[in-house]
This record gives sequence, structure tokens and C-alpha cells, in this order.
Amino acid sequence: MTVVLAIEDLHKHFGGLAATDGVSLDVRAGEIHALIGPNGAGKSTLINQICGELTPDAGKIRLMGRDISGASVAERVSMGLGRTFQVTSLLEEMTVLQNVGMALQARAGGNFRIWDRVRGRRKIWDEASRIIADCNLEDRETALVADLSHGEKKQLELMMAMALQPKVLLLDEPMAGLGHLESQNMISQLRTLRERAAILLIEHDMEAVFALADRISVLVYGNIVAEGSVDEIRNDPAVREAYLGAEDELC
Amino acid sequence: MMQRKYLLAAIGLLVLVLVPFLTDITGQSSMLSLATRALIYGIAAASLNLVLGYGGMVSFGHAAFFGIGGYAVGILYQNFNEQTLFLGLVPGTDQMLLTLPAAMIVAAMLAAVIGALALRTGGVQFIMITMAFAQMLFFLFVSLKVYGGEDGLIIRRTNDLPFLNMRDKATLYWVVLAVTVLFFLGLRQVINSSFGAVLAGIRQNERRMEALGIPVFRYKLYAFVLSGMGAGLAGALMANAMRFTSPDMMHWMKSGELMVMVILGGVGTLFGPFLGAAALLVLESTLSSWTEHWQLGLGAILLIVVLGSRGGLVGLAGRIWSRK
Amino acid sequence: MILVIEQILNGLQFGVMLFLLAAGLTLIFGIMGVINLAHGSLYMIGAYAGTWVAMETGSFWIGIPAALVAAALTGFAIETLVIRRLYTRDHLDQVLATFGLILIFNQSVTLIFGRQPLFTSLPGFFEGSVEIIPGLPYPTYRLLIIAVGLLVALGLYFLINRTRIGMLVRAGATNRDMVRALGVDIRLLYTIVFGLGALLAGLAGFMAAPILAVQVGMGEQILLVTFVVVVIGGVGSIRGAFVAGILLGVSDTLLRAFLPGLLRQVMTGPEADALGVGIASTGIYLLMVIVLLFRPKGLFPVGS
Repeated sequence: MTVVLAIEDLHKHFGGLAATDGVSLDVRAGEIHALIGPNGAGKSTLINQICGELTPDAGKIRLMGRDISGASVAERVSMGLGRTFQVTSLLEEMTVLQNVGMALQARAGGNFRIWDRVRGRRKIWDEASRIIADCNLEDRETALVADLSHGEKKQLELMMAMALQPKVLLLDEPMAGLGHLESQNMISQLRTLRERAAILLIEHDMEAVFALADRISVLVYGNIVAEGSVDEIRNDPAVREAYLGAEDELC
Repeated sequence: MMQRKYLLAAIGLLVLVLVPFLTDITGQSSMLSLATRALIYGIAAASLNLVLGYGGMVSFGHAAFFGIGGYAVGILYQNFNEQTLFLGLVPGTDQMLLTLPAAMIVAAMLAAVIGALALRTGGVQFIMITMAFAQMLFFLFVSLKVYGGEDGLIIRRTNDLPFLNMRDKATLYWVVLAVTVLFFLGLRQVINSSFGAVLAGIRQNERRMEALGIPVFRYKLYAFVLSGMGAGLAGALMANAMRFTSPDMMHWMKSGELMVMVILGGVGTLFGPFLGAAALLVLESTLSSWTEHWQLGLGAILLIVVLGSRGGLVGLAGRIWSRK
Repeated sequence: MILVIEQILNGLQFGVMLFLLAAGLTLIFGIMGVINLAHGSLYMIGAYAGTWVAMETGSFWIGIPAALVAAALTGFAIETLVIRRLYTRDHLDQVLATFGLILIFNQSVTLIFGRQPLFTSLPGFFEGSVEIIPGLPYPTYRLLIIAVGLLVALGLYFLINRTRIGMLVRAGATNRDMVRALGVDIRLLYTIVFGLGALLAGLAGFMAAPILAVQVGMGEQILLVTFVVVVIGGVGSIRGAFVAGILLGVSDTLLRAFLPGLLRQVMTGPEADALGVGIASTGIYLLMVIVLLFRPKGLFPVGS
């Protein structure tokens, strides 16, 4: 299987603290690669470097074989790197339809035009409605984002990320704050996405990770301490030792 | 609802067209010049509102573009009058069809330079850096004796337009009104365009827009340049209306005044800045005709507007409207 | 050389004045998140109240408490009546409201004192000058200003770094919500900080009075420069306000003093003067632009 996202020996220091200490991992087409690790393991730092919000001190990030280490956030997105935020980040004063429409507009381009009418770009709005209907949110199409429930916001984030048709999708704790039923829905939704985009899943919810992941990497203190299939990781004593401490957390 | 809005706009426009007759009948010719200035300040404030209200960039230096527009007219007139070349290259002119676009181009270039540097910062630092650029320009023109230094440039005759007698105050007013209407329609167009939607998105959440693949900086710079052009246009019209241009047009108090007009009228609304400009000028002139301490009243009114209402005059009107 | 030293001292004196104003402004800005355009009005009120009392009583020294009390009381009044309602509003509303305050204060002062500038005489001891180095007599009063400014800086340093209020102030500048979460009476803290800022502004105004003309509009002139100091120093940083105040005071004074002369060597007199003054006036703004381009949060950024 082809590698779509490759991270090679990435380093990032804050003062004396090595937040990312030689991380290498890859994401292959059609898979969900989960990244787990205790709080403070450096997951956020890593994802921010992959997205381009932080610059690594050393190491390379390749997307579809191209080195994107020096590219800006927006450039990485247009090259096919999508993401969702741990704390939802949406256009709060706009409707659900406008949010999805904005993502489609960004993908379609032509946004320096000042002589058209954005409401006249039918293709965008038709597609936005279709995407929203696919997620069974058509009732909420005209609702303002500020009025959405937490679960709906998480769903909208995912919709917007997918509207960009990314090659690789970074999901930063998509389950965070969801109730049980919402989590189940999110899991089944993510399961269907793997064919459309390779996924790097950062998640605390082990149930979700074990249900979804094809491979799991364990990050502790800025290092990948283990990598393997769900079963391998579940039974790896080193992982239990280093990461979990308490055994009952691994279901 | 939609039709009522258009009807209202039509009535408003009709009243504006009739202003010269009204002031003629009532014999208050000073009101005509006030109306002319109100329209021009409306353009300047609405331009500022494009970045401030729609783009979320609080520029405290828009007087720079306003002033440079005025100087474009003044300097071209001086070169025309003396039959000299500006910088030894550009001949002068007194044709409005040339001076207005020239003013807008110069303002756009200035805005591109200032914006490219200032937009690297944000928040309070952005406010201050835009102010600093405007102040630098202010002092530059104060020190340029060629263009009158502190005293500024006198423009003996208003720029010409083919077939029109621009010396006539009413004609000048109608020309300014026509430019204002065109500007307003253009601004509305920009706000409803693809670009306008992206700009609104940037104001709400820059990080989100970056994550959608939008290179935010370029869009903000584009908005800043468009906004600077508008302010330059207003400055050029003001130089024509006053037949005078001076460094005071670039002073930070002028930037502040434009900002007050926007906030007073309603930030991020189409009509707000025009209302705000008119309200501020009318307040100033009525209060000052009653008492020499009119600033006391103006200060109190500003305070009451801020503390008592949100969203400026347009917000207030909206609340009255919906209560009906 | 002696001329340069004299101008550096003048710059130092201007610098500590800027610091007195900027210290309050940067705290109000950093802790409460309020853009207070009326800070210059407090400076003006201090100057007027102090000078008027000094003229009436014939004693410079009685003017000092008068200036401080007037500025502080005005500060309390502004804070409780207006600013307090603006904490949660955006910067634009704050700008509009405090702009309104400027108009009100300027007109009120005109109503009370008229348009003629006030002048004070200095107490006898400070009228003369001392020879600080051979061949350089320097006005005693300006030395006093420098000394007072440095003392205030030292006092603030201790207040901020060694006392409980100072600790809260520092915490507030870094993270407003945290202080709120600590259960501190945030309202009281705000009022104290605002009052302190007003006090320092009033002091600066009164001390400037014998050097400058006491007139309406004196506040706005210095307000803008003060904002430049605050931004260069880093919003919320007293240390930044001090360093940036001195830096700006000295560089502005030196530019104004020597640039026209230097230009006159390559240009004709009046044009060189005009251009020199113009460029010198531009200096502080240019400095700010350069600082912000390399350090977007100022020289001493506070918090994140």
C-alpha cells in the first residue's frame, strides 16, 4: 500500500523540553492509523507541526511523496491535507450551509472575484446541501453554528474537512465531549471515510481507537514507543507499562 | 419586505437628489456644502468599514489614504497650473475623469505597501502600526515645502468634467452624489461576492479559514487595498469640494473621526457609515450653531450612544423597526 | 559634546514623563483590556488642577497633592461611571466612548479656565541651574523631574514585584481569567489600577506644567506618543514602558535637536529645517514600525 503521509525523524524543542523527539510514522492509503498517548505526550505539538502551525526544528514531512515541511497551513490544505480541531473551530455567525459552502468555495477557488455573487454559485450550494443531507443534518441546514449542539458541531467539522476532498485527514480527538450514542454514530461515520481519505486519528477514547484503527502508534514523551496492529498494541506489555499504568483502561 | 426596502432606498435617493433645491428654497446654502461633505465622508467611512467591519481589521490610519487622494488632486492641479511635470515625468491635469482614478491608484499603491507590512501584526499592534504609518505620512507632507508644508495646497478651481459647469455648487453636489451612489453599489457588490464571503469568514475565524486552504494574508491585503482606494477616492472628492488639501487630512484625529463615524453608524453594515458620517457632521454643525461649547454636547451624545445602544444608529433603527 | 549631553538629559526628562503616563496606560490596557483614550485628559486635569492651586496659594508644593487628588478622583469617576461598563465590550466601543470623554473634558476645562494657557512659577530653589559637569549648567527643575521619574519607576518595581497587589497585577496582565477564577475582587483591583494610572498621569501633567504651556489639547498630543511607548514596550509591561519611554524620549529629543543642523549642511536653511523637523517627528513612528515588524508583541511581551 502506498504511503500518503510520511513523518521522518521530526524534532521540536521548547526551551529544554523535547516535545517531539525524533518521531517517525507513516499513514498509508485506505487505512486509519491511530496515534495514542497519555496527556503531555506531545500529540498536539505533533499535529500542529503536521498542519504547519508549528515549524519543526528538524525532520521532514512528506505528503504524497512531496516535502511539505516548508509549506504554509493553507498550502498544505490545498495539497490535500485536511484536519479537524480538538476544540471545534467554525464560522460561528454563519449557518451550517454557509460553513460547508465556504469549504467548497475554498476548494473551487476563484475567491478573489469581486464581480460575482456568491449566492449565485449554484454548484457550490447544491453540493453543500447534498453533503449535509448525506450526514442527516438537512433539518439544521439554516441553523446558525452558534446554536448547534456539541455533537452537531463535531459533525460539521468533519463535513467541512471532507468537503475539501483531502488525501489525508488528521482527526484531533473527534470523540472528545461526545455522548455514548453520538460516539457510536461518529465511529460508524469514520469507518466509511477510510476509502475516501487516509486518516491519522488522534484519540483518547480507546473503544473508538480499537474499533477503527488498522494500526496504532503509541507516543510517550515525544517518542513513538510502539507501533502495531490493535491486538499487538493491546497485548504489548511495554505499552501497558509505559502508557497505561493501570490495566483496566485498556477495556 | 424586500420591496419596502427598495421603496425606502428610492425615496431616500430622491430626497438626496432634491437637496440643492431644498437648500435653495430655504436659503441655507451652507447646508449644501454640508451635504456634499457628508456624502464624501460617507464614502471614506464606508471604505474604512470594509476592513474594519467586514474584515475585522481595525485600521487607525485611514486618513493616510484619504489625504493622499486629496494630494493627488492638489499636486496634479499644481503641475497643471504651472505647466510642469510631476517628478519630471507626469504632466498635471484638472480633469476629474483623470484625477479621481489617479487618486485611487496612488491610494491603492500606498495601501498595498502599508498593508503588506502592517498585516504581519494583529490586534492592538495593528491599530498602532497603521496609525504610525499615517502619522509618518502626515509629517512628511508637513515638511514638504514644495506642496505648501503645513498650510497645504490651494486648488483654485474645482476639477473639470466634460459638459458640466463644476463651479456651480449644485452641479458639484450632484456629481459627488452620483459617485457616492456608484461607490455604494460597488461596495454592496464586493460584499456579496465570493471575495466578500471569504472576507466575512476571515473576520469570524482566521484559523478556520487557513484550515480550509485560504491564504488569509493575501485576502486581507486585497481588502485593505480596496478599502484604501475608496478612502483615496473620498479624499480626491474632498479636495475638489473644499478646493484645498492639507496635511490635516492625514492627521490621526481624522483617522479617529472616520472610525467614530463607522462606529456611530454601525460597524459592518452597508448604510451605517453613511448615516454615521451624516449624523456626525449634522451634529457638529447644529451644536456649534447653538453654543461654542458644542463639543461638550457631542461628547455626551457619543457616550450615550455607546453606553445606551449596541450596533450604532443602524442597530438602533433595526430595533425600532422590529418593535413596530 | 556638552551639547549632546544636555540633549540626552532633556531626552531622559521627556522619557520619564512618557514613562509616568505609559505605566498607567499599559496596566489599564494589559489588565483590563481597555483602550483608554482619555488617559491624556487625566494628564491635562492634573496639570490644570495643580497649576491653578499653585497659582492661587502661591505655593508650588500645595499644587502637587491637588494635582494628584484631582487626577485620581477623575480617574475613579471615569472608571465607575463609564469604563466599568466597557470591560466586556469590544475595543471599538471603548474608543468611541473614551473619545467622547476627551471632548467632554476638553470643553469642561475650557469652560472653567478659558482658552488662555496657564503658567506657573517654580519654587525658588528650582529656578536656577546646577553645573553637573564643568561647562554644563542644567536646570535644576528638569533634574528634579528625572529624579522623580526614576523614583516612581523604582517604587512601581517594588509594588509590582514585592506586594500582593503587584502579584495580582502581574497575574492579571498575563491571564485575566485566571485572576477572576482565583476569587479576587476583580472590580476593586481594576479600580485601584485605574486610580493608580490616573495618579501617575496627573503627576506627569503637573510636573510638565512649568516646562510646557498648560492648555487644552495638551493631553492628546502626548497621548499618541504614550500609546507608541506602550506598544513598543509590550502591552502590560511596566519594564517595557520604562525602557521604551526612555528610548523614545532620548531618540526623539536628539533627532529634533540635531537633524535640522545636519541637513543644513547639504541643503538650504529653511527647507532643511522643515524637512529635519518632519523627519524627526517621524522618528518615533518609524521606530515603532521597525520594532513591531521584528517583534510583533513589542520589546517585552507579556503572557502568551
